Amino acid sequence: MDWYPLWNSLRIAAISSVLVFFSGIFAAYYVARLPRLVKGLLDVVLTLPLVLPPTVVGYFLLLVFGAKRPLGIFLANFGIKFVMTWYGGILTAAVVAFPLMYRTARGAFESFDERLTDAGRTLGLSNTYIFWRVRMPACRQGILAGAVLAFARALGEYGATSMLIGYTPGRTATISTTVYQLWRTGDDAAAFAWVLVNLAISAAVLLTVNLLEQKQRRRAP
Amino acid sequence: MSLFVDIEKDLGSFHLKVSLETDGGITGLLGASGCGKSMTLRCIAGVETPARGRIVLDGRTLFDSEQRINLPPQQRGVGYLFQSYALFPTMTVRQNLLAGLHREKDKARKQTLYRQAVELLGLAGLEQRRPAELSGGQQQRVALGRILVNRPQVLLLDEPFSALDSHLREQLQLDMLRVLKDFSGDVLLVTHSRDEAYHMCGRLAILDEGQLLRCGATKEVFADPGSRAAARLTGCKNIAAARRTGPNTVWVEDWGIQFTTARPVPEDLCAIGIRAHYFHPKAPANRFEVEYTGQIEEPFEWIIQMRTPNQTPGTPDIWWRMAKDKRPNPLPAQLGVAPENILLLTR
Repeated sequence: MDWYPLWNSLRIAAISSVLVFFSGIFAAYYVARLPRLVKGLLDVVLTLPLVLPPTVVGYFLLLVFGAKRPLGIFLANFGIKFVMTWYGGILTAAVVAFPLMYRTARGAFESFDERLTDAGRTLGLSNTYIFWRVRMPACRQGILAGAVLAFARALGEYGATSMLIGYTPGRTATISTTVYQLWRTGDDAAAFAWVLVNLAISAAVLLTVNLLEQKQRRRAP
Repeated sequence: MSLFVDIEKDLGSFHLKVSLETDGGITGLLGASGCGKSMTLRCIAGVETPARGRIVLDGRTLFDSEQRINLPPQQRGVGYLFQSYALFPTMTVRQNLLAGLHREKDKARKQTLYRQAVELLGLAGLEQRRPAELSGGQQQRVALGRILVNRPQVLLLDEPFSALDSHLREQLQLDMLRVLKDFSGDVLLVTHSRDEAYHMCGRLAILDEGQLLRCGATKEVFADPGSRAAARLTGCKNIAAARRTGPNTVWVEDWGIQFTTARPVPEDLCAIGIRAHYFHPKAPANRFEVEYTGQIEEPFEWIIQMRTPNQTPGTPDIWWRMAKDKRPNPLPAQLGVAPENILLLTR
């Protein structure tokens, strides 16, 4: 069995999750501070990938990053090509998973008691300290949940990914595109093996999260 | 040590306009809920920005709208005790106190200051607990300790006792006074409780709907509140419209009584107030007939409700309050009020 799809899926999911983790948190933090109208507008734009069909997202990404599009041509000058490359998968997974992180982080921040920030500032603590040492720990449950959702979504991403990077064995194949290809070509046994692999990864992720939460609950009742 | 505040801010339903100065000790800011007291503190601390005005602490300008000075809260040197205490929930008591000591770089000195704070506030044994595992009083002590180790130049206390059970309040007020005895800066205490203001504050400012009504020594403010709202906030139950009839006489139409006053009656007098404790059966001055309409029994006091024979229908009953062992039996047909106990109100 060729393990490339597993390795490719894991690195795409891992890298895009890290990107989405930080960008989602900072978007949530700053969008909450904007004037109401801008906030409402940005909120729609940032959440859109969650409700659009992934194929539509893939279509938009092709419109922007396609080889004959201005941005695609521009990036090609630096040797960056998102179409038909494995790291194009990072782009699609990140775009699709971003709203999950953004929305859960925003929910967590909205229930955060802003007086803690005020208290920290009057004590002379820097905004960076307050953000990382007060706000993030207080919101960790919501943020952790968002990160897990984003990772799971990135790992399972199919629609936009298949449109942007296609399926090339040993180059752009991911678990989800491989399962589809194997089933389409009638190789049911191999498809089922990959289904089991996917199931095992998802179960492992959820188990880890539950263990982490229990540990935290024991530490901070 | 002094804090000078002169600020304005539009708060939607009313306009906040406060001008006050502290000069040592504890200054109280008394007002009903939502009158702008907390907003005033927030502006001083710098977590809220006034529309106009100036805030100066010990000669250092913290805010000046004309000179466009607006120091961030981190640079103001203002300690702010929140009503909810605002302890960092994921940190232990020790970590919370050390967060207040973050400026101290000398490790040994930091440890000494930390131990002193634990000692002063009686937090020994609680150091590894988290805020959720502490009682309200303990949380308050941690929050106060966290602020004091930070060495602020002025201390702002926002309704520090309102989140606590009433039977704990007096003891905690005493505890706080003991802790604050060694604090060199001024203290501004916001409260809606006239008892708390009277116990704790040497000076008192009264705030109503964003307007500063009266500012002075606490006992003077209670003895001469000056306005109807201030009289009500200092606990005066009986307030009635009045008209000046002479240099030392006023006519209260609703009660049908002419009163003689000790203080000269101001030209613009509009009402008088008489505290419920100030009626006396044997007082020789200002005697009038009363009819009793009801009574409320409290653990140690009686509240008697009464009306005068000529009282305008629809106006509130007059309240008389006395200790249980002072209650005459039967209740007298006439009562009097000492002339110095008539509060003269101009607004």
